[in-house]
Order: sequence, then C-alpha cells, then structure tokens
Amino acid sequence: VFQVRIHGRGGQGVVTASEMLALAAFLEGRHAQAFPSFGSERTGAPVASFVRISDSPIRVREPVMTPDAVIVQDVTLLHRVDVFAGLRPDGFVVINSAHNIEWCDVCPPSREDDPEHLVCVNATEIAVRHIGRPVPSAALLGAFAALTDVVTIASVIEAVQERLPGKVGADNAAAATETHQLVVARASSGDVSRA
Amino acid sequence: VRRQVEGSRAVAETVACCRPQVVSAYPISPQTHIVEGLSRLVKSGELAGCTYLNVESEFAAMSVVIGAAATGARAYTATASQGLLYMTEAVFNAAGLGLPIVMTVANRAIGAPINIWNDHSDSMSQRDCGWLQLYAADNQEAADLHVQAFRVAEELSLPVMVCMDGFVLTHAFEEVDIPDQDLVDRFLPAMRSRQVLDPDHPVTIGTMVGPEAFTEVRYLAHLRHQEALRLIPEVAGEFLKVFGRPGAGLIRPYRCGDASTVVVAMGSVLGTLGDVIDERREQGQAVGTLGITSYRPFPAEAIRAALGNAARVIVLERSLSLGSNGAVTTDVRGALAGTSTEVVSVVAGLGGRPVTKVSLHGLLDRSASGALETFSFLDLDQTAVDRELARYADVAPRQTQEVSP
Repeated sequence: VFQVRIHGRGGQGVVTASEMLALAAFLEGRHAQAFPSFGSERTGAPVASFVRISDSPIRVREPVMTPDAVIVQDVTLLHRVDVFAGLRPDGFVVINSAHNIEWCDVCPPSREDDPEHLVCVNATEIAVRHIGRPVPSAALLGAFAALTDVVTIASVIEAVQERLPGKVGADNAAAATETHQLVVARASSGDVSRA
Repeated sequence: VRRQVEGSRAVAETVACCRPQVVSAYPISPQTHIVEGLSRLVKSGELAGCTYLNVESEFAAMSVVIGAAATGARAYTATASQGLLYMTEAVFNAAGLGLPIVMTVANRAIGAPINIWNDHSDSMSQRDCGWLQLYAADNQEAADLHVQAFRVAEELSLPVMVCMDGFVLTHAFEEVDIPDQDLVDRFLPAMRSRQVLDPDHPVTIGTMVGPEAFTEVRYLAHLRHQEALRLIPEVAGEFLKVFGRPGAGLIRPYRCGDASTVVVAMGSVLGTLGDVIDERREQGQAVGTLGITSYRPFPAEAIRAALGNAARVIVLERSLSLGSNGAVTTDVRGALAGTSTEVVSVVAGLGGRPVTKVSLHGLLDRSASGALETFSFLDLDQTAVDRELARYADVAPRQTQEVSP
C-alpha cells in the first residue's frame, strides 16, 4: 500500500486533491481510498487529507500515520505543523513553494540533498497563471506523479478533468502538465531540488 | 457500475435507485451530503416521481415521512447525532405504527461536550425504539444495505435504520459498485403497504391502547423482529442472486471458526480489524473477528453458533452505556450465557478517536498476556484523567448566591 498525506489550509482543496489522486489510481485499475482529517474545517486553518493506493482492496481506515509521500500545499505550514511526522525513510516530499527547500528552513529528515525524493514547485504561481486562482492541487499532483511514478500524468489529467469538468478541469490539467514537465526536466538534468 | 465515489454520494444514488416517493430531510453533519445528493437528483429529474421536502427540523423530517408512509408512499430520510435525538419521539411512533420507513444514520457522537465526529452513541441511544438497526462495515455494504432495507421494511411493515460511520464512511472516497437501476427494480418491487390511510376507506391508526392490549401490541412487534431474523438472511441470499455479490446477513464472521480469541464489533472498524487479524494469523495466532450487521433484531443464536468455540470474546464498543459498560457487550454476554466463553468489553473510538492498528495489536497483546481487564478503555489518556480528578478535588463547591427578589 502506498500512503500519502496531503497538508494544506482550509479552502486550498486538500480534499479535492486527495480525491483526484485516488481517482487517478482507480482509473489505472488499482484500488484507492481518500478521506479527509475530519475536523471543523475553517478557511485558512491547517487541514490534512489521506490517500491509500494498492493493488489489492483496502480495508484499513486509520489516518495515514507513516506516509510514503507528503504533499504540502502551503509552505507556511512547515513552521506550524509537523508535516513530516512518520514519513518513511525513503519517502517522497512535494512542497508548494516559490523557493527551494533550503530557504524553507525546515528540512525533512535526511532530505536536504536528495532531489530524487524531494521537490519544491511554485504550484500557486502556476495555478494562478493557468486557472486564474491560487488553487495548487492539480499542479502538485503533476509534480507528485513525476517524482514518485506512483500514478501516470495521463491518469492525473483524466482524474482532474473528471472531477472538475469543463474549462476549469482543462486549466487544472494544464497546470498539472506544466509541473510534471518541470520535475521530469529537473530529474533528467540531475539538478537542485527546486523545479 | 463500479466507481470511485464518496460514501454519501454512493448512498444517495442507491437510495434514488430504490425510487422513494417522499424524501424529507434536515441537514446535519456528517449526514448532509446524502440528502444534498438526493436533492440534486430530484431537481435534475433523475429521481422522478419523488417529492423532496426540506423541512425546518428533524422532528418535522420524521413526522413527514411518517405521514407519507401512512398513505402508502415509499419514504426516506437521513440524520445523525443531535438530529436523531431531536426526532426521537417520532422515531418511536414510526415503529409503533408499523411504517416501513428507511432512514440512514451517519453515526456521530452526542453532546455535551459538542463533538461532530464518529461513534455509535446516537443510534445506540435508539436501541429500544422498535426499528431494525443494520450497521455497515464499508461503503459497498452501506449502499447495498439500503436496497435490502427497503425490502425488509416493506415485507415486515417495520422501519429500518441503516447506520454508517459518520465521516469515516460518509466522507471516504472509495470504490463502490453502485447498484444498477434495472437490478434494483428486479429486486425491489413497487411499494405495497398492508395498511394505508385512504379517505375512501377510512381507518384510524395510532389510537390509544390501554392496559388491556398494549402488551399484546408490543408482543406482536417483537414477533416481527423475530421474523426479521429469518427474513434478513433470506433477502441477503436473493440479493446475491440478483446482484452477484453477497447481501448483508445478520453477522459477518471473519476467520473465527477455529479462533480462540474473537473481537466482536460493528461498523467501519471491522476493516482495520480485518488487517490486524490477518497480521496475527500470519504469526500463527488463532484470532478472528465477528461483525454484527443486524443489531436489532439481535441475532443471539447466530452469534452463539459463531462464537461458541472461542475461549475469549472481546467486544469493541463504539459507545458507552455510562454506569454499565457497553450495550453490545450485554447482548453478547446474553447470547453466550451458559457457555464457558469469557466476554470482555473495550470502549474504543469515542468522539472520533481513530481506532488504529497499533492500538488493536496492543489490545490483543494484553489479551494474550492475561492483562486485559473485564472492562477497559482503548487508548485512555490516564494522565489527563488524573489531572482532571486532582483539579476537581481541589475545587471547593461554591455556595449558591441568593438572588434578591
């Protein structure tokens, strides 16, 4: 089972992001589960959601406590919430940030110089450019797909467009495609953590 | 059709396939997405021939479905927590009147203190209301239970409550095979009522019944509950024939045939428990789990047959009967009376506290080492309890101030 925890703030679409990721896996014929950290969500408050992806049916219902990947939708959470709690030693990290991880000043354990497992993308800027609104979910999923290879970008795009029909979906898919290409290009150049 | 879908959405679409003629609802978390979904399906015309009433309270919601069912309409509502309590008086009436209403309860704790998260306090508070109570282990079962609930309700002239864990199931986005309309139509015939309010053939229902007959009325209702013990597995068998997957049945035994220790539970915790049981089986431990799907009627015989070989049964209670233990424990003890099986009670997951695999393994470790008490709480924060007890001891009661006239 591949486990993902998505951190963000109320209103940024962490639930939508988790559902789109689960849907992408489902579209590939795999089993998936997404659920929010049920709370009295208020706009701007720290929130999280969880995704499990597996080749066999998923029964467990506990929150994801030892994630294989963490997606951070809001960089200001790095100083507020222990977003890396329980992250597996070889786990992946995707951070929405205009800067690279050194600037963020809060490194996950043993990730400082490991671009294979960590990427910062300016998903908010990319989202604003494509969608006109600071909604980074789809863009971060594009980066996630490139970094982890757990789902393909084609599935992410299909899931995004199924979940968000029409122009909104097409714009979100374009944002996901851009971040995916950025991270793939970064990986092939073997360069820094920032894409 | 197999889809990746929110539990609430799966239930809304499944209920729509059952062609309810009246849906009456008042929103309350975590149930709201279900009736919002139905509202959209009525508005879009996908659910035709249905009157959707957005009422001013849960008491009105239940009263409306009572009126609708009394005229012979297939009627549905959903609620949770305080909403269920607010409609309680009408809930008892629906059962007493023998009306085949189906209601979803998206299980949630009851205040005070206010808590929107999942446990079974709400539906357990209605244990004796006369409704059948079915508990879903996952969203596939939640959807399927609704189809079977309408069948059972209408055959028995009794209301059925389908309980699904709030948030844990209602808000989980997972794979569900939503029943096809033509299969539902084949399985669930158009509503036929034994008792209909009809101006051309006037009758009165729910009149005063005095001491001379009230016991007999209750006895007859109890007989219908006993009848449900036969009917629920029968309907589940038909469900399998029509839909190609097992129906609900009364209980859900898992690897408990040769188990010396069996954990009994209701609802979504059975999924996590299944993983824990598998992990311990791999270590050669003879453990199993038993889900209770039908809590009312209580399938004592089936449970006794399934648990008879176990040395110890651990009942995982998702609600607490303050001053006693948990209601399920009492029932399970009754079912196993006269056997040598020991029954212990563990209160777990109150007010949304996750029941984790680590905690369940710890529980089974304590059981194996003989350290598990007859009654305990899973993951109790003893430090917080002690701190509060100390604080309480320190606070001197204050004299009530006299109010000047």
